[in-house]
Amino acid sequence: MAKVKVYVTLKPTLLDAQGRVVQNALNNLGYEEVDGVRMGKYIEIELKDNGHSVQERVDEMCRKLLANPVIENYRFEVSD
Amino acid sequence: MKFGVIQFPGSNCDSDTYYAVRDVLRQPVEYIWHQDTDLRKFDCILVPGGFSYGDYLRTGAVARFSPVMGALEGFADRGGLVLGICNGFQILCEAHLLPGALTANVGLKFICRHVNLRVEHNRSAFANECREGQVLRIPIAHGEGNYYCDPETLARLEANGQILFRYCDEQGSLTDEANPNGSLANIAGIVNERGNVAGMMPHPERASESVLGSEDGQFVLKSLVSALVKA
Repeated sequence: MAKVKVYVTLKPTLLDAQGRVVQNALNNLGYEEVDGVRMGKYIEIELKDNGHSVQERVDEMCRKLLANPVIENYRFEVSD
Repeated sequence: MKFGVIQFPGSNCDSDTYYAVRDVLRQPVEYIWHQDTDLRKFDCILVPGGFSYGDYLRTGAVARFSPVMGALEGFADRGGLVLGICNGFQILCEAHLLPGALTANVGLKFICRHVNLRVEHNRSAFANECREGQVLRIPIAHGEGNYYCDPETLARLEANGQILFRYCDEQGSLTDEANPNGSLANIAGIVNERGNVAGMMPHPERASESVLGSEDGQFVLKSLVSALVKA
């Protein structure tokens, strides 16, 4: 049994409109030091042990479905 | 000549598109269920708008793996005409049948209104009934219509004449104000390099009769018929 945390974010070259709105809101609340906000998706996956390499399988899941490589980057952390 | 309209769970422009083909174009048309895999009897397949699979994860991300999509790739490989409208465009991009991706509108709002589109050229199967530079008034209805691709892809689209429609003002000028969603280079519709698979965010089927406020969508839909007659 493995638990995986996947983080999907927009590539830096894309404007993150949501992130910008949140940044403005934080600035307006008096947090003037906030200089950038990027928002993304956080996905938790639980995996049964079936002999496959967790790293390889999750990387494949990210490339195939969880992230769109045209616009998004991804990274993930595996824990037991 | 046979048209097909794909239905995914969550498609909501399937009936409008079907109606536009049957009652406006007066051409034979059938629905195609997302589980179907035999598309041999069709000449042109329309991927309609809507919210397939609730737009979960990303627009089109789940629909792209429906059984019908494998068959659609084969259909496109054989040279069949495919037009994706709105969610259909998003699905075709996710399936890599078209380059690039559609992301959240720059203003984050769902926008539902008529826009002006400039026809970039009339050499494609999707705009052969238009004049080059013609301004079409057709509605959009989307939250994720902001077209993006990397600079190399954009250069290729421009060089190959793969950009079919761009958001413009009433005079046909490509201004930032006329760009409703932040799309790169005001792109509203593109075609693949081969010229048989296209996608557009505006809804030609919602502008196919005067009672709907515009008939300009007919220019796009009738282009498909003309292309099939010539083929």
